Amino acid sequence: MIGIINYGAGNIFSLTATLARLGIDYGMVNTAEEIDRYERIIIPGVGHAGAAMQKLKESGLAEHIAAITKPVLGICVGMQLMTAFSEEGQADLLGLFPMKTLDFSGRISLKVPHVGWNAITPQQGCPLFKGIEAGAYFYFVHSYFIEYDAAYTAAVCEYELTYSAAIHRGNFYGVQFHPEKSGPVGEQLLLNFSTL
Amino acid sequence: MLAKRIIPCLDVKDGRTVKGVNFVDLRDAGDPVELAWQYSQQGADELVFLDITATHEGRKTTVDLVKSVARQVNIPFTIGGGINEISDADILLNSGADKVSINSAAVRNPEIIDNFAAAFGKQFVVVAVDTRFVDGGNYVHLSGGRIKTAIRTEDWILEAQERGAGEILLTSMDHDGTKNGFDNNFLKEINQRISIPLIASGGAGNQQHFVDTFQQANVDAALAASVFHYGEILIPDLKQTLKNNGIIVR
Repeated sequence: MIGIINYGAGNIFSLTATLARLGIDYGMVNTAEEIDRYERIIIPGVGHAGAAMQKLKESGLAEHIAAITKPVLGICVGMQLMTAFSEEGQADLLGLFPMKTLDFSGRISLKVPHVGWNAITPQQGCPLFKGIEAGAYFYFVHSYFIEYDAAYTAAVCEYELTYSAAIHRGNFYGVQFHPEKSGPVGEQLLLNFSTL
Repeated sequence: MLAKRIIPCLDVKDGRTVKGVNFVDLRDAGDPVELAWQYSQQGADELVFLDITATHEGRKTTVDLVKSVARQVNIPFTIGGGINEISDADILLNSGADKVSINSAAVRNPEIIDNFAAAFGKQFVVVAVDTRFVDGGNYVHLSGGRIKTAIRTEDWILEAQERGAGEILLTSMDHDGTKNGFDNNFLKEINQRISIPLIASGGAGNQQHFVDTFQQANVDAALAASVFHYGEILIPDLKQTLKNNGIIVR
């Protein structure tokens, strides 16, 4: 069963609807004690990374994330929260990955936000991408990106620059795209996570 | 590379599809959820629901519809029509809509763009603009193109971007319904001046029209209704044609 960190950062209806459709059981994590009830944890998140971090702290859950030893998946801003710092709000984040979340604006000439379906290339052997081919398209909507780091980047995406579409370190995983909106490949990724 | 998007648009009223739909395998042509699911299976990249429900009771149906779509469809979708306040948008986004589209309400009160962007983030705010060429220029029109305003379309789009629009959905009322192709000259002019995604709308009649708008105006997405609903263009065929023309699609 998957526990979803419930800290009020954006709508999770689509995520829970997708998990239900896939037959994956889930529940909400409102307190630190509830983390132990679940075999896997998802950190959702949309909107402003700095504001989301503030909410995560206020929920009392932020300080307990690093200690989780079960598989954890951060989605979109939930992934960015696992990095050390975001230029969005100049915010210090959880620091589970020694990487930064940077602003597309000023770094690329293409349109911002990066909205739509873009191809990704997963690193060989990452279990999150089992059965998903290089070049598969996922749905992205974001204005900030996580820099590329050979040690932790689990999949790359090209949008004028090369950045992390997914990251992986030990039991912690993150994806910038929205698997719940990415058609069959997105569903495959969620199913993969549910069996990690 | 970011793929160009193909977006079918569905008009709904009181939770039912309004315009005629002519899909062979459809059990219920008036059911927007089934239609949406069909489109997602065919490879549509995104969906837009334009809600023309007038009554308060009907709007509750819209929320139920959004939830049903989110439960069953695994691609992003936008809902527009009658969204005037933060609370309208909030309930739709919390019911699983990915974006809301605002049109007349934003023209009448431009600050709602700022307010929506601040409340939800820019990426959730699509500003839809209906334009018509009159008196030597493009002017913003309201109420489905019937009411002309004194606002130049290019000025309004730039203002909408400045205020926090995440995307622009630009419909040429001169081209809409003609099936003679998109207004590529104007779309190109606008696209060169903005730094947010632009969705072309109005005039799609055949596959070449989609090739033309991507090649000539370099828009990010193209939206159409009847050519898809009546099965005149099948999305897998369209995607193949676009690929054959060197346009990146999913």
